[in-house]
Amino acid sequence: MPLVTVSDLTKTYVVGQTAVPALRGVSLAIDSGEFVAVMGSSGSGKSTLMNLLGCLDAPSSGTYHLAGQDVLRLSSNKLAAVRNTSIGFVFQQFNLLARATALENVELPMVYAGLRRRERRRRAREALAQVGLSEREHHRPSQLSGGQQQRVAIARALVNQPLLLLADEPTGALDSVTSEEIMAALVRLNEGGLTVVVVTHDPEVARYARRVIHFKDGRVVSDDLNQAMRAAA
Amino acid sequence: MKLANSTLAALRAVRVNKLRSALTMLGIVLGVSSVTVMMAVGGGASQRIQTEMRNLGANTIVLNSGALKSGGVSKGQGSRPSVTLADAQAIENEVPAVVAASPQHNFAGMQLIYGNANWSTLVTGTTPEYLTIRNWTVSRGRAFDREDVVQGSKVVVLGRTVAEKLFGNQSPVGQEIRVNRIPMTVIGELAAKGQSLAGLDTDDTAVIPISTALNRVIGRNPANPRAISGVIIKVRDGANMASAFTEIRQVVRERHGLLPAQEDDFYLINLTEVMRAKEDSARALGILLAAIASVSLLVGGIGIMNIMLVSVTERIREIGLRLAVGARRSDILGQFLVEAITLSLIGGIAGVALGLGGAVAVERYANLGVVLNGQLSLVAMAFAAGVGIFFGFYPAWKASLLQPVEALRSD
Ligand SMILES: Nc1ncnc2c1ncn2[C@@H]1O[C@H](COP(=O)(O)OP(=O)(O)OP(=O)(O)O)[C@@H](O)[C@H]1O
Ligand SMILES: [Mg+2]
Repeated sequence: MPLVTVSDLTKTYVVGQTAVPALRGVSLAIDSGEFVAVMGSSGSGKSTLMNLLGCLDAPSSGTYHLAGQDVLRLSSNKLAAVRNTSIGFVFQQFNLLARATALENVELPMVYAGLRRRERRRRAREALAQVGLSEREHHRPSQLSGGQQQRVAIARALVNQPLLLLADEPTGALDSVTSEEIMAALVRLNEGGLTVVVVTHDPEVARYARRVIHFKDGRVVSDDLNQAMRAAA
Repeated sequence: MKLANSTLAALRAVRVNKLRSALTMLGIVLGVSSVTVMMAVGGGASQRIQTEMRNLGANTIVLNSGALKSGGVSKGQGSRPSVTLADAQAIENEVPAVVAASPQHNFAGMQLIYGNANWSTLVTGTTPEYLTIRNWTVSRGRAFDREDVVQGSKVVVLGRTVAEKLFGNQSPVGQEIRVNRIPMTVIGELAAKGQSLAGLDTDDTAVIPISTALNRVIGRNPANPRAISGVIIKVRDGANMASAFTEIRQVVRERHGLLPAQEDDFYLINLTEVMRAKEDSARALGILLAAIASVSLLVGGIGIMNIMLVSVTERIREIGLRLAVGARRSDILGQFLVEAITLSLIGGIAGVALGLGGAVAVERYANLGVVLNGQLSLVAMAFAAGVGIFFGFYPAWKASLLQPVEALRSD
């Protein structure tokens, strides 16, 4: 059974009097362990899909099953638990707490998982070490570079050992060298068995993925294994 | 566990956002402390009025000659003193509503000497009824009686302040002092009565028999040897003060042989009315102070509201992020509630402390009695805390209803 199954997902934003259809019926299945790149022109609905997959927003219609659970029917507390333990989300704009240190930012999901302080500390240190930021535990976001901030955000997304890592243009705000570092980190995580979905504009970045989904006007226009991979196969 | 987490997050937020916390608390502190001080001052004023009421006695009318001698110089107009002992007797006999009319002959600033201690005070010659009319009681020894008045005994009853100045903590009863150089025996001491509304010390006084005053200690007025300073009149409880007043005036006018066209050659004052007027002004003062206190509380409240609204709006993104990483609504609400309560409580306690300090300072340095009202401070605290909690909590509550992305997108 696939980890993620969505069918006929639509999302329409209402701005004033006009309805803006951002997703016009998307059906997808993603298996455990896949590395999926989502591409498409600006405004094609990629972020909208990611937010729905991350349970950060509610669709206008359609269904969404995550690990066999019908997440659209969950109570708000159960949904909070899904966000907390099943999903890790990496934002383009990092979204770190400005007044908290790197360590405290990484601890945040564990606070809501009800872990004890000492356990939180230990696991947050480990996660920061994994992304190579042991030296920066007590720095605040403003004292970190963009790439470092994004690595803190990745550590935060991973610290509760989610089933699914969602990254919406994680390298959009970074230079190409730093982008490669970040993508390399995501690839390593995928090789460790984590399911990764990443939105990107950069064909270079999409090379890392074994499956690329193309979006246009709120619809999936192509969904293939990576051309290069296929050529190699 | 859950609550502990919200509490920690909240306390952290209070500590981390120092300026916001300080500004919120400032509003609460100012509101609560101003209410505490204002109400203490207002309470003090109304308490002084009540003390004075008690000291004067209720249903009292005063008849004055209009020529109170002070230091040998007669002052005021109507300088020919007109009221006599016989007037006092006539008022008591002829006006049915009058319970007692006690003559008084005063001298302000008369010197009293004991050993090498000396003190100037108001000496009043009168009859035993005087103490009853004014609600004064004797705390040590005895008051003089009718016999002392008939005999013209050289006895004196001292007010608390005078006794203290001359005798310290020692009992004055049985001691001999000199009043205007005449040796007299102290037979009693009056119970302490406290400050009058005007801030005068009602205990700074001495009382002697009227006969002794007229014949020896104070002496008679050369312009009218039969005259006394005045009469203090007690009207029966429940009697109509206005008609008693008119009747007394009529009796005195007749006795003084005044024609209808002539003006009174005496002063008649309804003390109850004077007191009532003072009471009214004290009440007005109280209302004014309460109004000022309410306004400052309101301003404090608006301050709290602004800070809270601004800071919570700023923090809707934070709420969005917390929701995105798995916070439940209850976690968010708990955090913001604890945060608002903490700020309000610290501010409220600081406000009460500052208010108490302010009230004590007013008492000490402005020399105005204050009465603390803990209940009102609590009400002010509850109001400030309510405003803080509502405006800290309500926007957070609304934000927690958003989808995480909606909250994250807000600015
Ligand atoms: N909150 C919103 N309110 C109204 N319309 C929105 C909102 N968010 C997105 N849209 C619209 O939905 C459409 C899809 O937006 P979305 O953010 O998913 O695009 P995207 O593919 O992520 O684009 P980009 O590559 O620029 O990030 C766009 O037309 C956008 O204008
Ligand atoms: Mg986007």
